[in-house]
Amino acid sequence: METPLTEHIHPDKPPLDIDAYRKVGGYAALDQALRMAPEDIIRQVEEAHLRGRGGAGFPTGRKWSFIPKGPDAVHPKYIVVNADEMEPATFKDRVLLEGNPHQLIEGIVIAACAVQADIGYVFLRQAYRRAERRLRRALAEAYHEGWLGRDIQGSGFSFDLHLHVSAGRYICGEETALISALEGRRPVPRAKPPFPPVAGLWGKPTVVNNVETLCNVPHILRKGPEWFRGLSRCGDGGTKIYGASGRVQRPGAWELPMGTPMREIFEDRAGGMAEGYRFRGVIPGGGSTDFLVEAHLDTPMDFDSIQKAGSRMGTGCILVLDDRTCPVGMVLNLMRFFAQESCGWCTPCREGLPWIVRLLEAIECGQGIAADLEQLRRHAELLAPGHTFCALAPGAVEPLSSALHYFEADFERHIRQHRCPWS
Amino acid sequence: MLTAEEIEEIKAEYPRYEQRQAVSVEALKVVQRHRGWVSDEALADVACLLEMDVAELDAVATFYNLIYRKPVGRHVILVCNSVSCWVMGGETIRECLEARLGIRLGETTPDGRFTLLPVVCLGACHQAPAMMIDDDLHHHLDPAKIDAILETYQ
Repeated sequence: METPLTEHIHPDKPPLDIDAYRKVGGYAALDQALRMAPEDIIRQVEEAHLRGRGGAGFPTGRKWSFIPKGPDAVHPKYIVVNADEMEPATFKDRVLLEGNPHQLIEGIVIAACAVQADIGYVFLRQAYRRAERRLRRALAEAYHEGWLGRDIQGSGFSFDLHLHVSAGRYICGEETALISALEGRRPVPRAKPPFPPVAGLWGKPTVVNNVETLCNVPHILRKGPEWFRGLSRCGDGGTKIYGASGRVQRPGAWELPMGTPMREIFEDRAGGMAEGYRFRGVIPGGGSTDFLVEAHLDTPMDFDSIQKAGSRMGTGCILVLDDRTCPVGMVLNLMRFFAQESCGWCTPCREGLPWIVRLLEAIECGQGIAADLEQLRRHAELLAPGHTFCALAPGAVEPLSSALHYFEADFERHIRQHRCPWS
Repeated sequence: MLTAEEIEEIKAEYPRYEQRQAVSVEALKVVQRHRGWVSDEALADVACLLEMDVAELDAVATFYNLIYRKPVGRHVILVCNSVSCWVMGGETIRECLEARLGIRLGETTPDGRFTLLPVVCLGACHQAPAMMIDDDLHHHLDPAKIDAILETYQ
């Protein structure tokens, strides 16, 4: 089984420096891209069926194709790399940022060639200090060796790449909030349309891509779209960095074919439940995805299959709910997170999420009443897509409404017994 | 008044962005690196330098949880309170830290050594529970390890 993204990542060793990276074939794909027509790069990425790894799964090549091109296009054009990984239970981009920063840089510059961008920013969360140190070193090496900056490798193509280290707040990972943050404004999301490819950073055409997405790009160019599609077990190309946390035997992250069934991740990689714990459910792709249960374990972990099962693959990092953890408490923890991280811009999210928290707190401490469950369901409906300014609140209520569905009896027991049965 | 060193570090960021305001987060962090936190006075000085409205810069500063608008201790402990750590006993770690330090979340020890703050998911979920002290990530925490870890931060 091929693992192109993590082949050269060894958790206990520092990442490859530029010489070592070159020796294993690094920057060869960029060298090729510098001599390709931009539309050919985009076509290869489209044919590879690469979908964005930030959570939404938008086809990467199509996103790039929205960028205005040709002599009349507005410049500068920007590439923004979303390295603001803060989705609860998600730790996949950290692996790539710390493990092989040159792979990411190469992917970014290839993307820049494809959309003819002039300037790029890696938007990194502050907590990833080790990633920051390693990226800074890699950026300096790439500049020194002429893979960044003016007239890259004598191709006539110039591209500058900067590291922007942020200062917290989950909402900065929302692409338009991220753009506001980069401009030095209060980072609240913006109305769409216009979408960033048309009017993004400082109103200029801007591509926002996730770290893992861009790390795939050099491999697509080196080995071709057909090879890339062949890595996968479903219609979407490539591998995926999956993760598992919670009370499992071996929590961790693994690069596996896209579309690997959840059971293989949970049982074969994570080793199943830790001693003394039983499986009850799983959040498949970060805190803003619906719970799934045992009946779903054989579902392939890809965007379409998980959606058909009633959730979202999101970031592909699964969090397991065990029998000794209170589902109401777990949902309360998630809702506190989202209520706190709401930017406060739109009323349904700013007011609705704290209301949900208060209802759940009452239930968890034994003061809930039967009508609270209906009230919670009503809130979940009111915060559904289309009612809020951005995707934060609709994502937030996914684990809530699915928990009310799958663990309804547990909510009812809290209300009936006037206490948390797990406390 | 910003020091010459602070001004120099802030100005070094200008060429990286199309507009000066974009430097605001980095400028606040420069001040924080030198002083530990961002006072009203320092904020007004940064706003002046960046040709921003004070209220607008404060709206940026107060949005970010890692820009400190109050004094903090010599070391800042960020203890994860997100869901993977919560499942793995993160609350016990928080309680243990509060008991050892004699402070609650959001407070600073009387000797000014530690400030204890909650933080969202640190992306160390497979090594939960986790916390950061200054620039260091500590993971696989259990109450028995806490004293030894704290001891290394004087």
